[in-house]
Amino acid sequence: MSLAPRHAAVLVPLAAAATVLSGCVSTAPSAAGPDGPITVNATDSACEVSTTTAPAGTVTFQVTNDGSQVTEFYLYGTGDRIMGEVENIGAGLTRDLVVEVPDGGAYTTACKPGMSGDGIRAPFTVTGSAERSTDTNAELAAATAGYLRYVTSQSEALTARTTDFANAVKAGDVEQAKALYPQARTYYERIEPIAESFGDLDPKLDGREDDERDPGVAWTGWHRLEKDLWVDGLQPDSARTADTLVADTKDLQGRIPALTLTPAELANGAKGLLDEVATGKITGEEDRYSHTDLWDFQANVEGSQAAVSALRPVLDQKNPQLGPVLDQRFEAVTTMLQDYRTADGYRLYTELTPDDTKKMSASVDALAEPVSQVAGVVTS
Amino acid sequence: MTGPVSRRGLLGLAGAGAALAGAGAAAGYGVAREPVAAADDGVVAFRGVRQAGIVTPAQDRMHFVALDLTATDRGAVRDLLRRWTAAAERMTAGQDTADDGALPGNVYAVPADTGEAIGLAASRLTLTFGVGPSFLQKLGLADRRPAPLADLPAFQGDRLDPARTGGDLCLQACADDPQVAVHAVRNLVRAGFGVTEVRWSQLGFGRTSSTSTGQATARNLFGFKDGTNNLKAEEPDLLDQHVWVGDEGPEWLRGGSYLVARRIRMHIEPWDRSNLDEQQRIVGRTKGVGAPLSGSNEFDLADYAATDAAGPVIPDDAHIRLASAQANAGARILRRGYNFVDGSDGDGHLDAGLFFVAFVRDPQRGFVPIQRSLAKSDAMSEYLEHNGSAVFAVPPGLSGPDDYWGAALLA
Repeated sequence: MSLAPRHAAVLVPLAAAATVLSGCVSTAPSAAGPDGPITVNATDSACEVSTTTAPAGTVTFQVTNDGSQVTEFYLYGTGDRIMGEVENIGAGLTRDLVVEVPDGGAYTTACKPGMSGDGIRAPFTVTGSAERSTDTNAELAAATAGYLRYVTSQSEALTARTTDFANAVKAGDVEQAKALYPQARTYYERIEPIAESFGDLDPKLDGREDDERDPGVAWTGWHRLEKDLWVDGLQPDSARTADTLVADTKDLQGRIPALTLTPAELANGAKGLLDEVATGKITGEEDRYSHTDLWDFQANVEGSQAAVSALRPVLDQKNPQLGPVLDQRFEAVTTMLQDYRTADGYRLYTELTPDDTKKMSASVDALAEPVSQVAGVVTS
Repeated sequence: MTGPVSRRGLLGLAGAGAALAGAGAAAGYGVAREPVAAADDGVVAFRGVRQAGIVTPAQDRMHFVALDLTATDRGAVRDLLRRWTAAAERMTAGQDTADDGALPGNVYAVPADTGEAIGLAASRLTLTFGVGPSFLQKLGLADRRPAPLADLPAFQGDRLDPARTGGDLCLQACADDPQVAVHAVRNLVRAGFGVTEVRWSQLGFGRTSSTSTGQATARNLFGFKDGTNNLKAEEPDLLDQHVWVGDEGPEWLRGGSYLVARRIRMHIEPWDRSNLDEQQRIVGRTKGVGAPLSGSNEFDLADYAATDAAGPVIPDDAHIRLASAQANAGARILRRGYNFVDGSDGDGHLDAGLFFVAFVRDPQRGFVPIQRSLAKSDAMSEYLEHNGSAVFAVPPGLSGPDDYWGAALLA
């Protein structure tokens, strides 16, 4: 082994390397507030935040894990909406959370040693109000407003179709419920990042059987009923679970009018939906009992495209090359999925061959790369 | 951060390193006919007469990837090859793939460079590019295919897995730091999304060949020194004869070579249960110093005529005899393989072996006869399983600053 070059590297300026590495997380000059970062000392039993208040704008938390367990740090808004999070902080490590908080008000900080449960929480106050990046450009404002209209319409349809689905479950009409399941989910899957931004809702609506839940909290939502319908047969509490599902989708719908989105959040949602496809649908993980994953796949792509479309005028202004590439790649994925259509929907995941999933994976990779560029372009 | 993140720049040694390398090259190799030496800062020249990563002294680690085209538009492929070349040149110089690539000024922008090589030295990274027969076919360039650029014939005992075989393109990343090699492949694969997809890839963790007389002979997973008789960077006439494509090749390939890759699974556990004498007779060398059984030092010439009471000293079915130039009408190859262990199989055995890479002037004349004779008669075959295979044409080095991988072929 020739160690010489590596020795040279190790001897190099550890200080310089350390600067660069910490920069990995926090980076841009804009990230550091005038008073420097707020430090968070996280241990297995405490979550000491150096201050409980900060002015609106970009807030940086420097989280040091002095505990023995891997931890996470969250900033929650009203209704446990996740404003920002930094996950997977190993013992002894320091990571930065840079979060945009444009509105003053009451927030909550939380450390989660062991990365589970509600965490060690404390109130956090944001004062004043920063100029929203959305307001600085009329087109960006129009983009987010347009996308919010889309989200509103999808959530309305979601509630309606979920109610139909729940009624079928309650009537014991398994065949009808099975037919409605993937259709109703389409509306959820198109706007999933929005539901996920309300941290408490997604686990209730879309949780998996093996997710960790607090003691006494039942497994509810789509996948619980999916398992009843496809595997276990309807259970004594299936009807109650169906009612809870409807109540939770109404809760989601009710929160949307108060929702504000930045262009960056919008763009990240578009990218996040494709991540969902890559990790949940092409793997068959999401709908493991019904195998209706390709319905969700299509819906995720449609939702991603809706978000990108809303940003398109800004995109075309700032990087005219990107739009045509996005058009072509969205079209390629859509065309590819056409091959898997059936009379009443899509082929089941279990009918796919490794060649099929490889083809899907390649087309989603090809799409997700340019989609991931959108956030940088619209915020440049 | 201001300015491009230069991993190498962090060292502050670049200038001095380059100067030392120049002196070293002059003293060690006389006329630097082949650009083989790395500067002391670990930078191997990216441009030159040959592509780096062939006669470059074999680095410790490899990440090899074979890709397929998902687009057959020549313009899109050309554009990718330009972007690949630019990113590859930067990475071999110890930089990120683009200015501010790893750490963009805008925190909402996705970093163009994935960042795991921040702070790491260039680590003698080389990136070597090749095209398979199907590349030319798919792009409508079949008339430019030289005859030797063809799938290998089936060899006795082959158990090729289609998912580990072939490929339109290949990228060979070698470095002394595994993370540097992985970073390079990861970023090039990422840049290729939409034009290419990964067909298969292979990590190698220990070189099994020496490509320079300055290197000690390494051992393969059978525990034997491997590649003692390899062609070396310091043998330019032999390289011309056996490695570099000459006037017989098409213009785009002249001065380049062919890369033959074989994933050779070794049945480690049965091998470990064979006695030393059997192991040595299978290889034809001693396990300790690596001397041919007819001699006493590693570099003693093997005497295949030598006999003792039991017959030939180097058995007729010994690996080195069957692989030797004498047994194959003078055919020789430049080996550049790596050991691999890809975890274990479902039966609790190591999924381990040799990722064989050889550079040859003509695979049909250089590699095929050797492999045919090994596949048929080699005593070692009992412990081997070839389950991946590919052939690529490796164009010569990049001439000027505007030249890019495949430019002459796609012109």
